[in-house]
Amino acid sequence: MPHIPLPEHLPGITGLLEYSRATAEPIRQLTQFILRGENSLSAGERELIATVVSHHNECRFCTAAHTATADLLIGNTETCEIMKEDIDATPVSEKMKALLKIAREVQISGRAVTPEHVAAAKANGATEVEIHDTVLIAGLFCLYNRYVDGMATVAPSDPQFYQGLGQRLVDNGYNRLTNGYDHLKK
Amino acid sequence: MAHISLPDESLPGIVGLFNFRPETAGPLQLLAETLLRGESPLTSGERELIAAYVSHLNNCHFCHTSHASAAMAHLGCDLGLIDDIKNGFKEIAVSPKLRALLNIAAKVQKSGREVREEDIAAARAEGAVDKEIHDTVLIAAAFCMFNRYVDGLGTWAPQDNEAYREMGQRMAFTGYVRYPVQADAAQV
Repeated sequence: MPHIPLPEHLPGITGLLEYSRATAEPIRQLTQFILRGENSLSAGERELIATVVSHHNECRFCTAAHTATADLLIGNTETCEIMKEDIDATPVSEKMKALLKIAREVQISGRAVTPEHVAAAKANGATEVEIHDTVLIAGLFCLYNRYVDGMATVAPSDPQFYQGLGQRLVDNGYNRLTNGYDHLKK
Repeated sequence: MAHISLPDESLPGIVGLFNFRPETAGPLQLLAETLLRGESPLTSGERELIAAYVSHLNNCHFCHTSHASAAMAHLGCDLGLIDDIKNGFKEIAVSPKLRALLNIAAKVQKSGREVREEDIAAARAEGAVDKEIHDTVLIAAAFCMFNRYVDGLGTWAPQDNEAYREMGQRMAFTGYVRYPVQADAAQV
């Protein structure tokens, strides 16, 4: 049960973003730009960064939601599953592996990122903006994961829930739905 | 030197990063403004203390010292008290409620999963309301992002507390918003 009363029809992050609309607004704007805005990294690649960080933060809700989203954008389920166990074995570009390793360090601490991690990404063709955005996405999910679990929000156990949520994030992105979320009330 | 080439290497910490990517600077600044200076049952001084404390626990010198300086400005304390945050608030007047909230913030810094029912109950017993608990958790979580952003990109930070005096005054009384939120981020 969440630590404070939250709308029951909105588990995980959504209930928090509706509880505090004023703080949700800049978080949504940042997420929409950094995960869906124009970028040389694909939306699927950026969702992989969100997924790997959420996985290592052991945030069930965010991991399941962003795995579902990444699976839909990439078109398979293996990539996420392998990535969670072994970044080097993941079927993505060498550049992407180096960026995922940077994200993995950011999850531990900003100070864990070394010039060597950054040099490896650059050697594999990563641009400075890609490195910047990787660090910021990883940092952003350290926010989300702590917000979601620190408030003890509900993580539904039904995999179907995350399929639906993943599809919503593919279709609508991260801005608040124009008409809110009342249609999700059962 | 930072891990990426910033347009102006003389700008320390997050300021240099804002300059590098204005598209993300807008929402990041608005988030700081809303969390630390927007409407909340917690005072801005209390919220800056939470931000500075979490940044200290994350070992982020720039965020710790700048937000500590902002807290001192709000609280009307001398800059000499900044180091008291690292020493566990022995001199700064901290209410039992704020102490319980700082305990929650320290748990969030480790992991969201570290926050226990009894931590929340302890804060409620000192009079903390839902919104105060919410704001504490979100500020702590947000600084786990800001700290990683600042250090993960290897930005530089002035060492001396004194170098943060004006910055803290500006953060406290002028606020955080300088970059506009870009239209394409705000819409859709």
